[in-house]
Amino acid sequence: MSEASPAKAYGLHLGVIALLFLMNFVLPDYYHGLLARIMVLAVFAMGYNILFGYVGLLSLGHAMFFGAGLYGAGLAIIQLGWSVPAAFAAGLACGAVLSLIIGLLALRTTGVAFMIVTMMFAQVFYLLILYFATWTGGDQGQVVPQPARVLNFGATSLDLTNPTVRYMSALVLFSVVLLTTLAIVRSRYGRVLVAIRENEERTKMLGFDTFSNKLLAVAISGTICAASGAAYALLFGYVGSNFASVQYSILPLLWVLLGGAATTLGPLIGTLFMYYVIDITSGYTSAYLLIVGVALILLVLFFPKGILGTIRQRWLRWLP
Amino acid sequence: MTPLLITKGLSRSFGGLRAVDNVDFALMPGEIRALIGPNGAGKTTFVSLVSGRIQPSSGAVVFDGADVTGLPAYVRVRRGIAYTFQITSVFANLSAYDNVALPVQRTLSDNRSKGAVRDGVMTALERTGLAERARTPAGQLSYGHQRLLEVAMGLALKPRLLILDEPTQGLADSEIDNFITLVREIAENATVLLIEHNMPVVMQLADRITVFNAGKILAEGTPEQIRENAAVQEAYLGTAP
Repeated sequence: MSEASPAKAYGLHLGVIALLFLMNFVLPDYYHGLLARIMVLAVFAMGYNILFGYVGLLSLGHAMFFGAGLYGAGLAIIQLGWSVPAAFAAGLACGAVLSLIIGLLALRTTGVAFMIVTMMFAQVFYLLILYFATWTGGDQGQVVPQPARVLNFGATSLDLTNPTVRYMSALVLFSVVLLTTLAIVRSRYGRVLVAIRENEERTKMLGFDTFSNKLLAVAISGTICAASGAAYALLFGYVGSNFASVQYSILPLLWVLLGGAATTLGPLIGTLFMYYVIDITSGYTSAYLLIVGVALILLVLFFPKGILGTIRQRWLRWLP
Repeated sequence: MTPLLITKGLSRSFGGLRAVDNVDFALMPGEIRALIGPNGAGKTTFVSLVSGRIQPSSGAVVFDGADVTGLPAYVRVRRGIAYTFQITSVFANLSAYDNVALPVQRTLSDNRSKGAVRDGVMTALERTGLAERARTPAGQLSYGHQRLLEVAMGLALKPRLLILDEPTQGLADSEIDNFITLVREIAENATVLLIEHNMPVVMQLADRITVFNAGKILAEGTPEQIRENAAVQEAYLGTAP
């Protein structure tokens, strides 16, 4: 938000990206695959964070944007036989168009009504996937065939099912979205978004068309979430309706709350934390959700602004 | 000279209460006009109708020759009507700098460099004496400074009409003197419409005064005329026995 210390902020983010790059070479197979998945889902959380953290709009329907990317990319390959880049673009386009339409309709409401409206639209999206099961595969889902998940550049080809290629692809997407988020947050547009969150009425009286600004934020947020969904379909090869269910609308909210809303790195930390807590606890007991629940309660009690949000509040004020 | 602002038959009802009742009003460019009147007289409702924060039940608002009655508030701000709030509503969690940067970045159309925003912000902060507190979160400023920050934000919009709603409320006497100087400076480039309860401030600043009572204009004139006006005295002090 503040214009101070751009070098520090970009340095930190590039450092995180470099660290994730190094992880590729040291992590054992299982965690290597898990981290690739976490990076893709952290993109989902970062998209959610734009709207929830910075504009202060709590959506309970972001699974539909993830789903739009997932199905947009997945079905383009499965049903239309498109190439990987075209399928990814199709996923992005589906997310962009859907989020613009949903934004136009849902932004007529605020607060609780906005939560309910977005949730309802997401349910409609979910039920449509089940209804058109002949194309979508319904609740069984569909596997994106392995031979189709290859990126061709002339003579060279990159097999997205190869662990290293998959990890690096996830890292590239993650880095692009992370740096984009950072740039947005530090821009004048980011300042307007925060102003809308803090006091929309006042922002209007400074001459800002808050509706258009919010609509753009919904579209950016939805498109980033769709990018995550499209990458998920292409990298992990499965397209299923559970990714459009209400659970996947609540997960990004949890990840962002855990990591710290309105922090650029919070979504990654939240996603990482949640996955590892589940991973570690499920190794000990089948009642791991109980432990996850206790961990969440403790976090809310002692880190009400999320992990990074609390760190920023107490120690590192310059964190973006 | 044509008036900068005209209202014709402007009315607004809340339920059965006619908060603003058929008000015809005109404001000349360059003027400092004070709106006074007892509590509940409709002053704030009137300026809210002018700024577009609320919609009139009937009547029209004409700004600079164009009917703006149907325009949303943010468009009116862009046309040059700036409103500073009665209840301080700065962005408490943002720094004073960021508070002023918002209106500055909105009004910059030709020069979009980072330096231009910084210059604009610091100019507005210096004029209001807040330059040293640029990095302080607005919520941690003293009440008087928050009021000045409101004015700085209004200034940064480069308005043609600046509406100040009880700007000196809560200011110390020493701050009020500076404030009067500030408003005089602002009036060199803009028209000022001032709601104010502090009579010494009104008498020093206003070119003309409009007195509201029960949603209607009770009287209008120079400070001397208003001081001598029997109807005004009656509205403020009650009927003479």
